[in-house]
Amino acid sequence: MDLSTTYLGLTLPHPLMSGASPLVDRLDLVRRLEDAGTAAITMHSLFEEQLLLEARARNLHFDQVGESFAEALSYFPNPDDYNLGPDEYLEQIRRIKAMVDVPVIGSLNGATGTGWVEYARLIQQAGADALELNIYYLATDPTESGAAIDDRVVGIARTVKQAVTIPVSVKLSPFFSSVANVAAQLDSAGLDGLVLFNRFYQPDIDVETLDVAPRLQLSDSSELLMRVRWLAILSGRVRASLACSGGIHTGVDAVKALMAGAHALQVVSALLHHGPAYLKKIHDEMQHWMEDHEYESVRQMQGSMNLLRCPDPAAFERANYTRILQTWRV
Amino acid sequence: MKRQWITVDGNEATASVAHRSNEVIAIYPITPSSNMGEWADEWSAKGQLNVWGTVPEVTEMQSEAGAIGAVHGALQAGALSTTFTASQGLLLMIPNLFKIAGELTSFCMHVAARTVATHALSIFGDHSDVMAIRQTGVALLSSGSVQEAHDFALIGQAATLRSRVPLVHFFDGFRTSHEVSKIEELTDDDIRTMLPDELIAAHRRRALTPERPVLRGSAQNPDAFFQAREACNQFYAACPTHVEQTMADFAALTGRRYQLFDYHGHPEAERVVIMMGSGAETALETVDWLMARGEKVGVLKVRLYRPFSLDHFMAALPSTVKAIAVLDRTKEPGALAEPLYLDVVGALHEAQAIGRLAFSTLPTVVGGRYGLSSKEFTPAMVKAVFDEIAKPTPKRRFTVGIIDDVTHMSLPFDTELDIEPDEVKRAVFFGLGADGTVGANKNSIKIIGEETENYAQGYFVYDSKKSGAITISHLRFGPKPIHSSYLIRRANFVACHQFVFLEKYDVLEYAAPGAVFLLNSPFGAEAVWDELPREVQDAIIEKQLRFFVIDGYEVAKDTGMGTRINTIMQTCFFAISGILPRDEAIAKIKEAIEKTYGKRGPDVVRKNFEAVDATLAHLHQVQVPSAATATRRMPPIVSDAAPDFVRRVTAVLLANKGDLLPVSAFPIDGTWPSATAQWEKRNIALEIPVWDEKICIQCNKCALVCPHAAIRAKVYPSDHLGSAPPTFKSIDYKGKEYERWKYTIQVAPEDCTGCTLCVQVCPAKDKANPRHKSLDMVPQSPLREPERINYQFFLDLPEVDRSTVKLDVKGTQFLQPLFEYSGACAGCGETPYIKLMTQLFGDRVLIANATGCSSIYGGNLPTTPYATGPSGRGPAWSNSLFEDNAEFGLGFRLAVDQHEALAKDLLKRLASRLGDSLVDAILSADQSTEQGIAEQRERVAQVERALKTIDVPEARQLAFVAEYLVKKSVWIVGGDGWAYDIGYGGLDQVLSMGRDVNILVLDTEVYSNTGGQQSKATPMGAAAKFAMAGKGVPKKDLGLMAMAHGNAYVAHVAFGAKDVQTVKAFIEAESFPGPSIIIAYSHCIAHGYDMAFGLDQQKLAVETGYWPLYRYDPRAAEGGESPLKLESAAPKLDLGKFMRNETRFRVVEQQNPDRYRKLLAMAQHNVGKRRALYEELARGATPTAKPAAPGQPPTDDSVPRS
Repeated sequence: MDLSTTYLGLTLPHPLMSGASPLVDRLDLVRRLEDAGTAAITMHSLFEEQLLLEARARNLHFDQVGESFAEALSYFPNPDDYNLGPDEYLEQIRRIKAMVDVPVIGSLNGATGTGWVEYARLIQQAGADALELNIYYLATDPTESGAAIDDRVVGIARTVKQAVTIPVSVKLSPFFSSVANVAAQLDSAGLDGLVLFNRFYQPDIDVETLDVAPRLQLSDSSELLMRVRWLAILSGRVRASLACSGGIHTGVDAVKALMAGAHALQVVSALLHHGPAYLKKIHDEMQHWMEDHEYESVRQMQGSMNLLRCPDPAAFERANYTRILQTWRV
Repeated sequence: MKRQWITVDGNEATASVAHRSNEVIAIYPITPSSNMGEWADEWSAKGQLNVWGTVPEVTEMQSEAGAIGAVHGALQAGALSTTFTASQGLLLMIPNLFKIAGELTSFCMHVAARTVATHALSIFGDHSDVMAIRQTGVALLSSGSVQEAHDFALIGQAATLRSRVPLVHFFDGFRTSHEVSKIEELTDDDIRTMLPDELIAAHRRRALTPERPVLRGSAQNPDAFFQAREACNQFYAACPTHVEQTMADFAALTGRRYQLFDYHGHPEAERVVIMMGSGAETALETVDWLMARGEKVGVLKVRLYRPFSLDHFMAALPSTVKAIAVLDRTKEPGALAEPLYLDVVGALHEAQAIGRLAFSTLPTVVGGRYGLSSKEFTPAMVKAVFDEIAKPTPKRRFTVGIIDDVTHMSLPFDTELDIEPDEVKRAVFFGLGADGTVGANKNSIKIIGEETENYAQGYFVYDSKKSGAITISHLRFGPKPIHSSYLIRRANFVACHQFVFLEKYDVLEYAAPGAVFLLNSPFGAEAVWDELPREVQDAIIEKQLRFFVIDGYEVAKDTGMGTRINTIMQTCFFAISGILPRDEAIAKIKEAIEKTYGKRGPDVVRKNFEAVDATLAHLHQVQVPSAATATRRMPPIVSDAAPDFVRRVTAVLLANKGDLLPVSAFPIDGTWPSATAQWEKRNIALEIPVWDEKICIQCNKCALVCPHAAIRAKVYPSDHLGSAPPTFKSIDYKGKEYERWKYTIQVAPEDCTGCTLCVQVCPAKDKANPRHKSLDMVPQSPLREPERINYQFFLDLPEVDRSTVKLDVKGTQFLQPLFEYSGACAGCGETPYIKLMTQLFGDRVLIANATGCSSIYGGNLPTTPYATGPSGRGPAWSNSLFEDNAEFGLGFRLAVDQHEALAKDLLKRLASRLGDSLVDAILSADQSTEQGIAEQRERVAQVERALKTIDVPEARQLAFVAEYLVKKSVWIVGGDGWAYDIGYGGLDQVLSMGRDVNILVLDTEVYSNTGGQQSKATPMGAAAKFAMAGKGVPKKDLGLMAMAHGNAYVAHVAFGAKDVQTVKAFIEAESFPGPSIIIAYSHCIAHGYDMAFGLDQQKLAVETGYWPLYRYDPRAAEGGESPLKLESAAPKLDLGKFMRNETRFRVVEQQNPDRYRKLLAMAQHNVGKRRALYEELARGATPTAKPAAPGQPPTDDSVPRS
């Protein structure tokens, strides 16, 4: 059984890898991920805005309370070296690279034009084998058109791609007027991969306190279906390799995503819930399913159910919706 | 190695040499010396080496007594060791100084000389501490400037190695310790040259070692002690020569020549002033000025005060001298005169006796005191002294610098005299602590000092308040070394960085004619004139000032700098003053920004750069009209309704004119009226809360959490509303207990600091628009006047009858706080506890307050926050020391109990006259409730009335002590530095004694008042000074240690997490008839986050198990229950969630993530361990003691009361 795949130009023994998650903060968990056979390790994102905010807050806390009162001209020691910038993140990439044999994919969420480029270069210098751009953006400004947002996303991605030599993927949100069009533009801009899709923290409402409570809800297999649809739509139409992120919890989930066209499968929620070793379970399930169904390789399966090849392409498009409605029995 | 010119303050200059020339440094923080230890610690933490290539070991101890003990040990074991201290700290070192001197130990320590607390504490400088160690046998070496402090740190270290006489090098606290000055830095080679190996080897040879065992520190008897004590004499005799030789070597090395007694002045001077310290610099400057006017005067600076060398002294004095004034910066009440004077007189008579007198007749010698507690000492005062001794019969004893209208000792001086030459440029800046003015000025001084040929000096005056504090920076620069060790009086440049200061302070008093006046103003060049008070307009015109304005806040806002206007105003200063070409100045400012903020991230630097670049376009010169136009004058400092003392004394202090108050204005013994903070209307909040009564749920949490008692709740009968101001708000009270009454939440608009804690805690949201709460922050300015009127009306509403109040969170907030408007930080986490205590027990409480934040915001002039209720009763408060507070408070209890016992005894003896039933009722009264106390007060009042008619001695005695028949509550209040460290021994003792005292530990987990040094309360993983890398050991579990006593009530509370438990703990602690201790989590600016989130962090502290809540009540054991009641749930969040929000922890993670992770893991583990232990204790029923063996029954009576 040949499970190998190519993602972002990297030849991987199989498509399953850990997606962007806090697991990478702990080297012991990283070790366990590698032991579980992950094909690659995706870092969680370096959030430029968070770095900026923290630097400003730190500056405030160091300075604003000092030089006011004769007995306490300051309240903190004054170390020469502390990392307010991306150093800790970059150092973690270095540590992980030094520890594991699998590729390490950096992840970046920039806030400024210079930040995207500068941090992308730094992530490359730190040893990342590839870079995932996490364009985590909620379009809330009613005066900003969809086209403007598309242009910005594509512009950022193009600039970063030109600034580094490692492969660059873009993790997309599903909330574009035309996901397919944005994907095509990114593809034309030379991006090496597309990751479908970002999951947003869903704000909840606490009805007792009348507060908005952002919370992280782990994914389940039901979230896979949207990815499967868009993988199937894009598969074969873009040069860039495709990754599925969100909703892979079983071997069959993995199979579906591969059939829809994924070159890589990023797993997060299942690992957070069950631990890093769970990746092997999905892997084995996937392999057993393929054996049971007499598939020879992952490549054979990849994109087999995409829009170009599947027996009923309309099912992935609007027809799917209408057909379900028509078959609904009250 | 080439010497560099550096711009540093006296503390850094001194520590620089001490760190490079020692191996073991043990310290304890105390103002104004703390920074020396902090520098040493920082350098060692960063791996900086001493001149022998090792990193000095820097250790913080639990007290100065501990520090000097460790130093003594290190010295005995052969290390070069030092310490830094001041004031009470030096006093705590006295026993060891005797020992170190008696053992002829080479040791040089450094003292930023500070006033010893007497009638009051003062953090400022004089020589009372140094004079208190004259008898110990240490040599005393005085420096008077930053350069001298740097130099003498080395001379002292070298001299003690030569002479074996230990040496205390001292300089004036603040004036020298905190003055920033351009000095030539000694190189490592200089230090090595001055400390030759053979001297160090000699010190090492004297070390205790089992290889060459000796015994040191024997006990000696009458046959031996006296002679042995005299055996050291030759070393003292030789010491001055050693110091002199060291100074000569130093001069050969550096070109800076010092003498044991440095004379400066006319070679044939007839009048000479003799003095020590920074004041001698002013005297030197004045002598030069007087000599230029033909006067034969001089100043003799005493460098080596002990051992006092008669020969050197006589050699230094001109033989022409006819009159001498000896100036002492200390007061020794009851002595014939102050110490230096007596030394000089003694020396002259001794010289005469042995024929060494160079003059034919003894000169007239008079003695005066000056400069106590950093009182200004100016050329005018020096001149006044010279004028005095020119008289045929000068005052024998005098003071100078004050107006003594009681004993008439003071010398008059010309307040207008200004001798500073034009070549010295002078600038004064008024800033707000939070706006960064001082930091920017320190950078400016560095730029001027290090980038130009100028000598430069900076001195910074701070506020006594911790929130909304004013700072005044005094900057001088000029072509010659600056000797002016006093504040600028006539500046060429006056900058006011806060427009509102123009209404509070006489800012332009500092402006010389023709000076520049730079104002940060929200009003532009066209509009500003009409906004100025009349006094300011008059001054601008009269002094012909060049007037510039900039809207610094607008520039700051536009460039993302928030409220930091420091670099903006700094740019204006350089642009207007022309010290450097503009472009060069801006480049240097940017270099300084890069240096200061570089490690805070590129964004911070960039924003500062943008602010600098945007500044000049906003800087405008104002065309000053020829005549003043304003009709508005500066408002009165305090209201006309204030008591006489407040108007006469406090208001003058508030106006920054306290120096003008004469002696007669002051209490004779440090006893001040309380309740004065109410008269100081600070108006520091830009925004204040506004109450929407329609959605208020009347929980009173806002009032509970307010650190400044600036938002209050009241219930009152509705008929009081008849005369309510038009915008006064009230609604029907919702509870049954005050049915048909009205309810109001009222903000004190002029006292609020704008911290927003009340808004944060407010749970009442508008259902249609939850962003709007019952309390929202709104701009203060439009509301100031109407809300001021409303607040006054609110205060005049009747207070609720205490005996009707249910003592829960809500009810307690109807009780009048007797602690209000303190100078604590905005959002302070300590003061809500104190305020609650005064609400509950304030009309019968005595408070012993350990030195620290709570004694500063509780008792620092000009105004103090402890207040009185309608009855005139209120907290009686006192601060003794830092280290003795538990004992001090215990003393209150002992006295109160004695008074009560005496009163009861007298009552019984007078029962027949007073009426048996009344006496019985008093003696058997239940005072466990407010109702019971009210009834007892009434009975005692009856007795007091009756006593007036009974003319027997017992009745007169009882009249004095009858008030003690009403239950008194003794509270011992202090911070963790006191409770965990310096005062722990006393605390432990008091807990063990079973007496009824209540101890409130305001635990900020760090020395907050002195600037963030670690204490034993500092948690694992937190960075603090002396724990820069993050504290590696856990916080001491003081609660568990207190529980171990078994007989003490212990509570661990966090009002932001569970206010109900906090209130219960206070009530229970007070009701417990033995010792009680409440350890109160207090969020603090030293934790490094916005204090608006203090309550959220308290919640997280509890939810992560970081701060468990419990009450331990020994009374529960009587019922067989466990005394420990654990009141916080098992941790449900990771500790990291709490820690990552606070800079104190984050900075550790950012320095060394691995270390942080390890410390976090250990701390997390400790949380679990501690929880398990507490759960075990909480589960366990109290074991019942086995019956005692027959024949030996221990009874209560047989146990002596300790």
